[in-house]
Amino acid sequence: MLKVCFSGPLKAAADGAASVLISAATIRELLRELVKQYPGMQNQLDDGIAVSVNGQIFRDKWSEEIPEGAEVFLLPRIQGG
Amino acid sequence: MANDTKFRNRKFKSVGTRPPRPDGLDKVTGRAKYGADTFAPGQLIGLVLRSPHAHAEIKRIDTSKAAKLNGVKAVITSEDLPDLTNGDRDLYDTLENCMARDRALYDGHAVAAVAAIDAPTARKALKLIRVTYKRLPHVTDVDDAMKPDAPLVQPRVYTRGVSPKPESPSNVAKVSEFGHGDVEAGFKAADVIVEKSYKTEQVHQGYIEPHACLASVGPDGHGELWVTTQGHFIYRNTCAALLGMEVAKLKVTSSEIGGGFGGKTHVWMEPVALALSRKANRPVKLEMTRDEVFRSTGPTSSTSIDIKIGVKKDGRITAATADLRYQDGAFPGIWAMLGAMTSYACYDLKNVKTVGYDVLVNRPKVTAYRAPSAPMAAFAVESTIDEVAAEIGMDPIDFRIKNAAKEGTKSSYGPTYGPIGIGPTLTAAKKHPHMRAKLGKNQGRGMACGFWFNFGGETCTDLNIGADGTVTLTVGTVDVGGARASLSLIAAEELGIPYERVKCNITDTASLGHNDMTDGSRGTFSSGMSTIFAARNAIEDLRQRAAATWEIPVKDVVWEDGKAIAKGKKYRKLKPLSLDDLAAASPNTGGPIAGHSQIVADGAGVSFASHICDIEVDPETSATKVVRYTVIQDAGKAVHPDYVEGQFQGGAAQGIGWALNEEYIYDRNGRLQNPGFLDYRVPVCSDLPFIDTQILEIPNPNHPYGIRGVGETSIVPPLAAIGNALSDVAGVRMTHVPMSPPRIRKAIKENQA
Repeated sequence: MLKVCFSGPLKAAADGAASVLISAATIRELLRELVKQYPGMQNQLDDGIAVSVNGQIFRDKWSEEIPEGAEVFLLPRIQGG
Repeated sequence: MANDTKFRNRKFKSVGTRPPRPDGLDKVTGRAKYGADTFAPGQLIGLVLRSPHAHAEIKRIDTSKAAKLNGVKAVITSEDLPDLTNGDRDLYDTLENCMARDRALYDGHAVAAVAAIDAPTARKALKLIRVTYKRLPHVTDVDDAMKPDAPLVQPRVYTRGVSPKPESPSNVAKVSEFGHGDVEAGFKAADVIVEKSYKTEQVHQGYIEPHACLASVGPDGHGELWVTTQGHFIYRNTCAALLGMEVAKLKVTSSEIGGGFGGKTHVWMEPVALALSRKANRPVKLEMTRDEVFRSTGPTSSTSIDIKIGVKKDGRITAATADLRYQDGAFPGIWAMLGAMTSYACYDLKNVKTVGYDVLVNRPKVTAYRAPSAPMAAFAVESTIDEVAAEIGMDPIDFRIKNAAKEGTKSSYGPTYGPIGIGPTLTAAKKHPHMRAKLGKNQGRGMACGFWFNFGGETCTDLNIGADGTVTLTVGTVDVGGARASLSLIAAEELGIPYERVKCNITDTASLGHNDMTDGSRGTFSSGMSTIFAARNAIEDLRQRAAATWEIPVKDVVWEDGKAIAKGKKYRKLKPLSLDDLAAASPNTGGPIAGHSQIVADGAGVSFASHICDIEVDPETSATKVVRYTVIQDAGKAVHPDYVEGQFQGGAAQGIGWALNEEYIYDRNGRLQNPGFLDYRVPVCSDLPFIDTQILEIPNPNHPYGIRGVGETSIVPPLAAIGNALSDVAGVRMTHVPMSPPRIRKAIKENQA
């Protein structure tokens, strides 16, 4: 099981939870399970999110494998200049 | 190995050198073609009619007289841009921003457009369009817009990020909270607490080249767009969606770009040009004036920020909070959220909480400006950090070093940091000769640090070997600051050939797979990674051809210094085959030699910088002059150090202008009063000292060469560095940016009183 932490507006989409336990081996699986648990999360996914795995931020590489016990943070997708 | 993104500590031959940029000659001789520099047979001139009101209901638009004017070929309103957005809120906002629908939401909002045979006819036609407005109450100040009785900018916007969902619409579009620990407990444990409030005014990216494009759409639904942009693939997708076109049938070519800094990551009048062309069945050229650039493209937010920092007497921060109110213009954005994420990113804090409020006002749609939202947050935090250090009698650099984030620190926005450069930049600042240099009369010194995330994204690259062994590198990320030179160096490094044998081109959307735009400091990071992989694919092809030529197993062939070499004593009579040899033989070894790469470049390393500033203040007029400035920043690996230094210097120059001079000034009717470079003053060469730079190289573990983006972070510290220098010389804490002479005089007088 992975402990997935939320920050910013994503916390509201998870009914105010700061974190949740999810069983997932990849980012794709993680996001699928999250939407199952919190259907409101789909709006956030549509807006764009990023996933931090052990401090490395993935915006698009949903095939990335998540090691057991990894620190996982869900962040809003950002824009740059 | 081919797509191995891990950093390998290799010795470089080409990377790290400083050859001339391939686009330099064209740019200094005027041959380079920018957005306004292309023409098409039969082209029309497009012009846009804009709202003179900050907020108004559009009761009626009568275009009949304009349409009948001789020489006018098309007149459009929002009716010619129907809503095809299918519930996509962001896309609908873009549509409404390109052309007002039932309401004009800011001074300068487009309401109609014409295409005519020449500019005088188009101007005459604009004057014949009759728009009946009903003026509505407006609001342009971020704090005023949050008041309960403020005019509502967008009745369809309900505050997001709060639970439960609000029952009524609000100008607060989003609330974003970040942090960890227990800030109340942290403040209780503090020996000293400092609270300060700050305001920063709205500024524009100030790129020299106004927006310009040439659009052509035929009756068959096929179209072309030549445009100045930071991301032509994104422009293609957005324009195609707004106009109901198929993506493959719209070819977008990016011109040379005369500056963008985030302002050219978004479409403004390009869909209008395409709609005019479609209606007129003729090419349409549309160029913005400077007035239009200021009034109707995307500046950055004005802000209002409250900071509270608690500290022990030994210099350890016990708690820190920030409430950040950023205006988004008339459409929801993420700008306060980014301020909340970046504000304390430089520090290792046990208890931290930041809350961002994205607020709608009757101003242009805010868009990114170089490390968007971070400079304002850094101004507030870094100014307060100096105040806190002074309160406990600690040197401000030592205070920052003591509290700096490091590898293993839980960042204020969530994740734990890997190897990062804030500590090293601060240490380098402390040791820098600038810090020990003697100050002159009426001069003061300040320093500040800053952070930006950086990111990667979708990237596609082709590498083709020519008949003579020269290399064509084809990329889809727009070159905003020397990327063609850097990417050519990377291709030369991988292939083991001279830099001069590589030609890098930025291609159009019809010739390469999708590329995200050049933003987030991703150009060299992402296309650099993709170039490495494309080159490695080409090398695999070259090894196979050498093996086939020699009729030996491919495993016995290595690629070294631009040559295929047969390894092993039994092959000692085989003369190495150079790239030129293999290229010349290619017709008989399988035809064209090429490498291709299509990747998602993730794993961009975060970036930190520390700046030192000396400023002189005229005691009579409070006029200021920056007399010395130093930028110290982590680049991961500087591929072409000249252009890394150029990014450092450019960001600092823009930050200095932001800190001292630049601001949008609205009158009481919500009309912008200074939409031109005479009244909105960006710094010119004579305003600035030589900006010294120091490149640190702390490798990004997620890039084969260790590259981090460098394009944005350098604009983050200047506002605070200058504020701290002013505090040093004038003895006052400036809390309102720009820190213009009248504001400095006022602060000094209030301090004396």
